[in-house]
Amino acid sequence: MADASASGTSIGRKNIFKTLEFDTRLLGMVGAFVLVCIVFNVLTEGRFLTPRNIFNLTIQTVSVAIMATGMVFIIVTRHIDLSVGALLATCSAIMAMTQTQFLPSLGIDYGSPLMAPVAIVVGLLAGGLIGAFHGWLVGYLTIPAFIVTLGGFLVWRNVAWYLTSGQTIGPLDDTFQKLGGIGGTLGTTASWVIGALAVAAACYGILQARRARIAHEFPVKPVWAEATLMALAAALILGFVATLNAYSVPTRVLAREFEARGEVMPQGFTQGYGIPFSVLILIAVAVVMTVVARRTRLGRYIFATGGNPDAAELSGINTRLLTVKVFAMMGVLCALAGMVASARLSFHSNDIGTLDELRVIAAAVIGGTALAGGIGTIYGAILGALIMQSLQSGMAMVGVDAPFQNIVVGAVLVLAVLIDIIYRKKTGDV
Amino acid sequence: MADRSGTPLVEMRDVSVSFGGIKAVDHVTIDLHPGEVVGLLGHNGAGKSTLIKCLSGAYKMDAGEIYIDGKLVDIQNPRDARAHNIETIYQTLALADNLDAASNLFLGRELITPAGLVDDARMEAETRKIMARLNPNFKKFNAPVKALSGGQRQSVAIARAVYFNARILVMDEPTAALGPQETQMVAELIEQLKAQGIGIFLIEHDVHSVMNLCDRASVMKNGQLVGTVDVDKVTDEDILSMIILGKRPEVAAS
Repeated sequence: MADASASGTSIGRKNIFKTLEFDTRLLGMVGAFVLVCIVFNVLTEGRFLTPRNIFNLTIQTVSVAIMATGMVFIIVTRHIDLSVGALLATCSAIMAMTQTQFLPSLGIDYGSPLMAPVAIVVGLLAGGLIGAFHGWLVGYLTIPAFIVTLGGFLVWRNVAWYLTSGQTIGPLDDTFQKLGGIGGTLGTTASWVIGALAVAAACYGILQARRARIAHEFPVKPVWAEATLMALAAALILGFVATLNAYSVPTRVLAREFEARGEVMPQGFTQGYGIPFSVLILIAVAVVMTVVARRTRLGRYIFATGGNPDAAELSGINTRLLTVKVFAMMGVLCALAGMVASARLSFHSNDIGTLDELRVIAAAVIGGTALAGGIGTIYGAILGALIMQSLQSGMAMVGVDAPFQNIVVGAVLVLAVLIDIIYRKKTGDV
Repeated sequence: MADRSGTPLVEMRDVSVSFGGIKAVDHVTIDLHPGEVVGLLGHNGAGKSTLIKCLSGAYKMDAGEIYIDGKLVDIQNPRDARAHNIETIYQTLALADNLDAASNLFLGRELITPAGLVDDARMEAETRKIMARLNPNFKKFNAPVKALSGGQRQSVAIARAVYFNARILVMDEPTAALGPQETQMVAELIEQLKAQGIGIFLIEHDVHSVMNLCDRASVMKNGQLVGTVDVDKVTDEDILSMIILGKRPEVAAS
């Protein structure tokens, strides 16, 4: 009897997920993430799931997560990029040198409104060009990506060193620093507005997809399933905003701000941080990359090439140029990640981005990107980065020794891939 | 019987391809008229696939010329071939396993919305329309083609060639992976396409289906053309001896 009822509920549950058309792999990852959070929350006696720690977790994840979205495309096309951490360092060095050396020598001094935008454009251009160069070596000269980027790993790490003579470069421009994290947030009101807009966009997207299916007379999900999806999306988005808003700026910092303006802080005044700009950048990157992956020809060709390179070539896709584009995107994203990382530190340091290539690849792989190519999602990679970061900072909070932290992270990476292999065998899923 | 008095649809003249000193195709000339099916026969390694891949842009010729409607054309890659309305159905089924039927059908020629995004709903609708015509049993529109049977995959590959109004169709052993019923389906389709005035090159191993489906047969051996014959004027044995012995029958040289 017990058996029968157990299997009965499991079938019922499966049907619910089926009707909602949830990706079971995504559910697994969310489950793993929730588990990590709960375990650490218990171990730290409730300090892990505080607004403050969640805020810190998100801003610590941004840099790796931005690069992981690009790594998805690289791995989907059956390549690899071992140079992302080094490329991040070179871009960061170029942006820092632009702010402290090149622009001042042109008469644009510290505090100029031109400083941050020019530095960012220069950095993104450099990243894009270097990435495109990697792609050209891989696509047109047919050198394996592993070799090209292994070489790039050494080259760009040391180009950064050479550019800065190994020195720490800073302080960076004030506006530039705002893109790093805690120094630049939206504030509570604007965060709520963004949250509301995001909810509206999510609901509109779901409705639009449904309308398109009805217009072509395809089967659609029941209305309650769509409504549940919308409610879930809304709860997630607003919950996230509420959490970030709940982290208040320390009273001392506020008092200092009032003092600087020559005012006195009213009694009991509080202010929440809200969504950091760096997280907004990550969200924008995630949206753009997801649209590229799912709704553009470029994305379709990336996945087709990963699934069957010969078929893609025979279908008239220029796979060589595609490789250049994919690596160029990776380069731009490295520059963007370098911008966030150096802004968060408020300076460029010689060891910035060290070991990031491994974190980025691990995030993409934990997020379900198959090294055999053809399979991977942007949201998976971001979730993968979040899981990695949660593990790392959770263990640091619990007081696990540094060597053990890395041992656990390494083991988790291998285990995650093993689980993925077993899952694919069981479901016969691709 | 196709009318062969006009300009040939395709003429491949004196084509040679070699791979590292080995002549895979050695001065071969073949032609194809509208509404005609020309079978290409020969042993494995006789050079049929290599020859035909020059027409579909997968390989480049070392020497020779290709004329379409009597005009010299330059085919460097699969895009050029498509621009001349040449569609190819490969033996190895050139499909991306991880994508669904609609994505494969439109691969390289996606329908897009005014905003420039891929229009998946419209592509699925078009795919449903053409599959209803070619293979009414086909239902798995949202599954990756990896999940499909050999016949279903073949119908996706054929749908791709048919949808884009091919004038010249190259089929490399289209029935190799299929069961009897699906083979019959392909045979009927070839008749249909022929009636529409499409010219078809059919690479086949099976002499029997060549006798049934083709108007002419060109036989290759060791990279060279043994000869081209009207299938009405020869027997199975004649063709077999061409394949095996490389011997041209006395009668019906065309």
